Amino acid sequence: MISTLKPNLKLLSSELIQQIVAEAYIVLEKQGVFVENTEALALLRDAGMQVDSSSQRAHLTNALVQKCLSTTPETISIFDRTGTQEYIVGGDEVHFDPGSAAVTILDHKTQTQRKATTQDVIQFFRITDSLPYLDFQSTGLISGDVPDIISDSYRLYLGLQFCNKPIVTGTFRVEGFKSMFEMLSAVRGGPSALAEKPLAIFDACPSPALKWSNLTTQSLIDCARAGIPSELISMGMTGATSPVTITGTLVQHVAENLCRLVICQLAEKGAPVIFGGSPSSFDMRKGTTPMGAIETMMIDSGYAQIAKSLNLPTHAYMSLSDSKLNDSQAGLETGIGAVLAALSGINVISGPGMLDFESCQSLEKLVIDNEICAMALRLVKGVEQRDDPIATHLFEGFTADTQFLSNPHTRQWYRQEHIFPDIIDRDTYDYWATLGGKSMPTRAAEKVEELLKNHPPNLLEQNVRENLKSIMYADAKENGLDVLPDLGY
Amino acid sequence: MTKNELWEKIKHSIIDGNKVDAVALAQEAVDLKVDLTEVIESGYVPGIQKVGDMWENGEYFLPELITSAECMKAAMDILQPEMEKIHIKAHTQGRVIIGTITGDIHDIGKNLVSSLLSANGFDVIDLGADVKLEDFIQTAQDREADLICVSALLTTTMLGQRRLIELLREQELYDRFKIMVGGAPVNRQWAQDIGAHGYAENAMTAVKAAKDLL
Repeated sequence: MISTLKPNLKLLSSELIQQIVAEAYIVLEKQGVFVENTEALALLRDAGMQVDSSSQRAHLTNALVQKCLSTTPETISIFDRTGTQEYIVGGDEVHFDPGSAAVTILDHKTQTQRKATTQDVIQFFRITDSLPYLDFQSTGLISGDVPDIISDSYRLYLGLQFCNKPIVTGTFRVEGFKSMFEMLSAVRGGPSALAEKPLAIFDACPSPALKWSNLTTQSLIDCARAGIPSELISMGMTGATSPVTITGTLVQHVAENLCRLVICQLAEKGAPVIFGGSPSSFDMRKGTTPMGAIETMMIDSGYAQIAKSLNLPTHAYMSLSDSKLNDSQAGLETGIGAVLAALSGINVISGPGMLDFESCQSLEKLVIDNEICAMALRLVKGVEQRDDPIATHLFEGFTADTQFLSNPHTRQWYRQEHIFPDIIDRDTYDYWATLGGKSMPTRAAEKVEELLKNHPPNLLEQNVRENLKSIMYADAKENGLDVLPDLGY
Repeated sequence: MTKNELWEKIKHSIIDGNKVDAVALAQEAVDLKVDLTEVIESGYVPGIQKVGDMWENGEYFLPELITSAECMKAAMDILQPEMEKIHIKAHTQGRVIIGTITGDIHDIGKNLVSSLLSANGFDVIDLGADVKLEDFIQTAQDREADLICVSALLTTTMLGQRRLIELLREQELYDRFKIMVGGAPVNRQWAQDIGAHGYAENAMTAVKAAKDLL
């Protein structure tokens, strides 16, 4: 059999990659970066770097960056809640997860955005659990019915209980890590078991340009020491917080991510790190950061290509939309993003379900996007040679009546060669009309109802849930809260 | 092998789409001199019914459906001549004349309907593709058909469906046969407009529509 060509998108020439990386090194060494965290500054100083404590500015040498790159794992294994299903993050492996940390939910009945309740968030996790083309879950929706101060740990608390998949999450406060780490450890049965089989990926976002907040930097250090993979989320906005050209933004992006990678490696040699991001093409007319812009996707695909040249696992916020409703714009931006991300071989693709500049989750969009992910995943499997010869034997005895429907060859391969979507409409007009002539959002809303009815909550064992509850209540109590919403199980 | 074991084997040969087994078991039943009506009613029919259920549930798609239908037909080709030899008439849902209309050589859809009607107990006379309107009418009269099924793939050839019904009316045969139309450009509205009794948009609904008509 002839080996299968894995389709692959490459936007940058190797010469261009070399120059972008070389310029990133120069920026790190000459301009340096701002690190608002004393522990990280101390680590950099101890590594022999020039650090100015008063301005919190550190200059990184080319040699240190290269040394840290050499100790960063090329691939990471991440496991589901039961610890049985392993996922490789690295190479050209592609995994989709819902876009993270939406502050609102699109209410299907009113078609307006509102804050999510605990029950909405539970439904979001249950739907994610049921969708086969989302390998990972994410804490992609924030409960509006608990105070903001505990919203980071609270969403993890819900996600771990209602969904079996590995989880992409992150802290909103330095103190958040403690209870979140305790919960993850409780699920795995201890910190060392958690380090051995990571269950979560923590996102860490900088404040552009070339600036690392105390929160982000502490999260990087904490995760590195706990063996939890960190996703480096640089987020330049072209012409606003990063250079306006795509290549210019890539130079900044690479510099920022390499700096964080260095901090992780100095905190713990061999710490798992994922080269990610959420940069955007800044819209100069509206002052907004469109995630569905083709230039945003070009930056994403470009930095992923650079990360691969450095042998690093990759992440991007793609397959999401800036639309406010589940309309054509939502479908086209999500579809283009998912396909380009998959073709770019990005390992963790965060986006499904997301609308309105990464701020709004929609359960209906999540089930629609699941089918987009299915198509993108099918595409990158490529065109396989299944038989040798390919087909000449199938034409033996060919007559005018020959058809392939009842040929055993059809039955042997059709389900491997072709995917069958669930809510994408392929009915005849009459049958579609018989079923009520429903639009995609309506069919998706019905699918959400069906999944909630027929896919029972994939609950964590009761004793572990009790453990999580005491960790969550201790966290809440420290922040002056005695009561949390009832989870209804 | 008990009778029940034989029925189970037959049933599975149809569900699995195993033509070699489906035919061999039919021959075995003949050799064992088992009541062939019972062989059909207790073995083959439950098999094809299960296939229909699996289609309805979304477990089976067209390849499984058609393969099972062809297995059914292959087994019937063994059983029916034997039954005729001893003057037993196999139970039939009705006699159907089917074909793709004149000027149209696209017959995959018609073949699906033909296979499934046959597998579901209809006595099907398949006239093939590019069938003249007169041939539909003549065969239906000669063979005392209950139902005429006319397929068309093209918007140009579908007009022949209307013409066929006009001809039947002119020859005062319209009330003698039920007419069912289908094909890619055909829809329920068209079927109503031209005065067809039945319409089906796919092969499985064609079986149901035919049963409802007869």
